[in-house]
Amino acid sequence: MPKQQANWSPYDNNGGTCVAIAGADYCVIAADTRMSTGYSILTRDYSKIIQLADKSVMASSGFQADVRALQKVLAARHLIYQHQHNKQMSCPAMAQLLSNTLYFKRFFPYYAFNVLGGLDSEGKGCVFTYDAVGSYERVGYSAQGSGATLITPFLDNQLKSPSPLLLPAKDAVTPLSEIEAIDLVKTCFASATERDIYTGDKVEMLVLNANGIRREVMELRKD
Amino acid sequence: MFRNQYDTDVTTWSPAGRLFQVEYAMEAVKQGSAAIGLRSKTHVVLASVNKASSELSSHQKKIFKVDDHIGVAIAGLTADGRVLSRYMRNECINYSYTYESPLPVGRLVVQLADKAQVCTQRSWKRPYGVGLLVGGLDESGAHLYYNCPSGNYFEYQAFAIGSRSQAAKTYLERKFESFMDSSRENLIKDALFALRETLQGEKMTSSICTISILGAGEAFHVLDQETVQRLINEFEIVGEEPPADEAAAPDAEAAAEAATEGAAPDQGAAPMDI
Repeated sequence: MPKQQANWSPYDNNGGTCVAIAGADYCVIAADTRMSTGYSILTRDYSKIIQLADKSVMASSGFQADVRALQKVLAARHLIYQHQHNKQMSCPAMAQLLSNTLYFKRFFPYYAFNVLGGLDSEGKGCVFTYDAVGSYERVGYSAQGSGATLITPFLDNQLKSPSPLLLPAKDAVTPLSEIEAIDLVKTCFASATERDIYTGDKVEMLVLNANGIRREVMELRKD
Repeated sequence: MFRNQYDTDVTTWSPAGRLFQVEYAMEAVKQGSAAIGLRSKTHVVLASVNKASSELSSHQKKIFKVDDHIGVAIAGLTADGRVLSRYMRNECINYSYTYESPLPVGRLVVQLADKAQVCTQRSWKRPYGVGLLVGGLDESGAHLYYNCPSGNYFEYQAFAIGSRSQAAKTYLERKFESFMDSSRENLIKDALFALRETLQGEKMTSSICTISILGAGEAFHVLDQETVQRLINEFEIVGEEPPADEAAAPDAEAAAEAATEGAAPDQGAAPMDI
């Protein structure tokens, strides 16, 4: 008798794309608001972004039930941190926490593809990109999700990110101004929406800088 | 209260039906520096006297944020208080995680009380030596509770615990009827006055007191030193003489209490309900 296979999967992919770009003194984190299952749309107005701390914002694509569970765990851990240390978690600290939290479920992973953005302790923009089990790296920009393969080559071309293998280590931030970066993000999503069926409806952008946090929404094609 | 043959174990009853170890734990609360709580319909103020063991050391933290809508002030063994605060914080976080809403303070104090009761019925444990003034806001308004080492808890309009708290309680008993409709500012003012009573003539400055507040639309937070000093100056209570009826020295008060308790172990109600 051949080995029995499962007739259901605990996972589903709700699609969507997330992008983040780090600047010298700002960070842009963006994600589309479409939530799908199979070839259907569940909703056109779902936020994949959450502000975990003063200076840490996470955008996640993948299985949104796991994403929501992950967000709750991180929020609770941040509360505990605040009680113990009397201050907010820094973005690099949150980055490590996210990595540990993901690896904790190494053998039943969160089906979440995350991008963490924010400002580091020097006020410079930082972006951390993850796989589903917590492997992470600080980068100047990143895209995750269904449209990532369409966006990443475009960002590589525009932002000329230095290789992490180069010595001496080059700064992982882009030379763009905040306005230019936001414009670039809008272009990325408009392009990805054209060819990726899971990306569209709206793009939600959060911009973190020394003045605080700002939210912007742009309409995308709905087909 | 004097040593007797029934006070070695927390699980030993006295012939008069008292658990002496639990009562001794309540004594520990009376030894700690004062903590005061008062509440109105919409706000709760928790205040404490900062006692440092010596001039060289910093003072112990007696007021803890448990959640945005709950704060606690402690008197007694500060270490026990810290541990219980951590427990309360955890309970709030877990409840929020599961129910996506804040833990009602009434539930939290029951859990705390049950936790304290366990320590009065296990021979390998000892009661917590700390009294907790828990202030919280829920759908029915602001609440103030007092949790004893005995496992009892009570709701109060205003209360004071710790050393020289009787002076503060006398002040609060005079004024408490006006607290329910009090404004936020007046509530803080009354807390400062009550705190002043426990200082018994010592100069009141923002460095020896800690004031915290929570209320409708206002998350729990401790007021910073400048704000407190400004309030003290405004209310002109720096170095004023305490009212005449507070003239009894703290030693005389404590001695009188001990005498009545020692003299009437059978007739007097066990002081569990203080």
